Amino acid sequence: MKELVVLSGKGGTGKTSLVAAFAALAERKVLADCDVDAADLHLILTPRTLQVQEFQGRRRARIVPDRCAGCGACAEFCRFGAIAFDGPGNEAIGRTYRVDPLACDGCGVCGHVCPSQAVEFSIGRDGEWYISETRHGPLVHARLDPGGENSGKLVTLVRQHARAVAEERDLDLLVVDGSPGIGCPVIASVAGTDLVLGVAEPTLSGQHDLERLAGLTAHFRIPMAVCLNRADLNPEIASATERWCQARGIRLVGRIPYDPVFNQAQEQRKSVVEVGGGPAARALRDVWQATHAMLTAGRRFGNGRTVCDSW
Amino acid sequence: MRIVFASGKGGTGKTILATNLASVLADQDYAVAYLDCDVEAPNGHIFLKPFITSREAVTIPVPEVDEVRCTRCGRCGDFCPSHAIVCLGNAVLTFPELCHGCGGCTLVCPEKAIREIPRAIGELTRGAAGPIQFVEGRLQIGQPMSPPIIRAVKRHMPRAGIAILDAPPGTACPMMETVRGADFVVIVAEPTVFGLHDLTLAVDAIRKVGVPYGVALNRVGPGGDGVERYCAQANIPILLRIPEDRRIAEIYSRGDLAARTFPGFERWMSDLFGGLRAVVRS
Repeated sequence: MKELVVLSGKGGTGKTSLVAAFAALAERKVLADCDVDAADLHLILTPRTLQVQEFQGRRRARIVPDRCAGCGACAEFCRFGAIAFDGPGNEAIGRTYRVDPLACDGCGVCGHVCPSQAVEFSIGRDGEWYISETRHGPLVHARLDPGGENSGKLVTLVRQHARAVAEERDLDLLVVDGSPGIGCPVIASVAGTDLVLGVAEPTLSGQHDLERLAGLTAHFRIPMAVCLNRADLNPEIASATERWCQARGIRLVGRIPYDPVFNQAQEQRKSVVEVGGGPAARALRDVWQATHAMLTAGRRFGNGRTVCDSW
Repeated sequence: MRIVFASGKGGTGKTILATNLASVLADQDYAVAYLDCDVEAPNGHIFLKPFITSREAVTIPVPEVDEVRCTRCGRCGDFCPSHAIVCLGNAVLTFPELCHGCGGCTLVCPEKAIREIPRAIGELTRGAAGPIQFVEGRLQIGQPMSPPIIRAVKRHMPRAGIAILDAPPGTACPMMETVRGADFVVIVAEPTVFGLHDLTLAVDAIRKVGVPYGVALNRVGPGGDGVERYCAQANIPILLRIPEDRRIAEIYSRGDLAARTFPGFERWMSDLFGGLRAVVRS
């Protein structure tokens, strides 16, 4: 099985629209939406969910007000600024210490230093993930709860289950919609993959963030290709990006023009290639063919593990 | 006043609004600081073109074990929830890239055999763009953890004047870290199907923090009134509507400030500020 991860560095360059088009064009594949805190692929693929599972990210601390003596050791030792002296009072003191669950890292230091055993830890729900069926084949996706912890671990889960579905159903390809940026969830989505497709736009910001993404794929020794979306927005920067790709040995697999059909397709809950045969749809078909050719010709790199796996 | 520009979906226009608002308010003689908290993809410098006065490493403390003192008791490994330190029989192994820097291993070690050494995971850049104070965090490529860099940026937030924070997209911990402690959050959204969905996620996340917020709509064109309906139903003020206009996208592509060149943009920024200030005061 081959795996393609679509990324961009900068957000809003068209990753999901591209993956939706690939979903319509590719054969014998599983789809995975690893942009777990702002997942949108399901809006186009309108899935029928077969299986829902709760996701538990990380434990969090809670100070039991009745046991807190107000000594402040927890707040002193907390490296995450998660503890404030604004909890409810008890019989002995008017105010107690309180953990901000949104800032808590779950490290356990407060529990260790508390002389009153006032800190309790529990693992709560941080989201859920789904195995679904769509008109373009199986989709594994997730929803991190707003402010949920440990998106990297959820990304790893989604990828693992997508691979399992591919094996079960004897499918050849996994297409992954990634998240913006180059941090934890992105690292979790690229580890050990066969090819990253970077969706760039010809803006100085797009170029800057593409360079950072290319740095990341080089760091993990993952092959990368680039396609330019809204390619005609700024021809000068578009050619600069092309030259930059050439110099780095990164293959440019296509240029997609600026086209309102992207939004129209969204409104109809369809991919661009399902809506019509305009220039953007044609370009997307070319991008898919070139990417598919690279995937089937490519070698496998990496060891399939990520630094986020153990989080 | 601390104003955060956030969004669920990426690429909706956070940086356009944050940098242009900074520039317009500075022109009006406000003391303005721009803090780029989108540390995985920091782009504010492209538009503000700051003069850089300092660069320093952002580090987190990671363990270093004194093999002579260590008795291989294993308490450090039992404590560490990130598996960044592991005691295996006769050896203690550390995995600095997994370490969150909580310091727990040093506290639990009965032999005081663990000390902490700094490990760089990113860079903090400071400077000035004319009268605008500029602070940027930048995650080192290959490092997974953004929140420590965001915390480092926020430590340089001035106490007085207006601080404008450019947040990373999404609703996960980096965005929440940026939003914590803000006086107002501007959620930048676009009126598309994806835009509406991710706006609702961002609203849910920001409500958890309990900070006042409003919406700025970008690329408003014909149709797509789902976002307007949602905001009306959820009673969320829409502070600004920027029309879809390819000329704005072109100005953005070149790294220029639209408030300097696009007719009406400067006024939009003033109106946005007036609108959000009215919400904060009420």
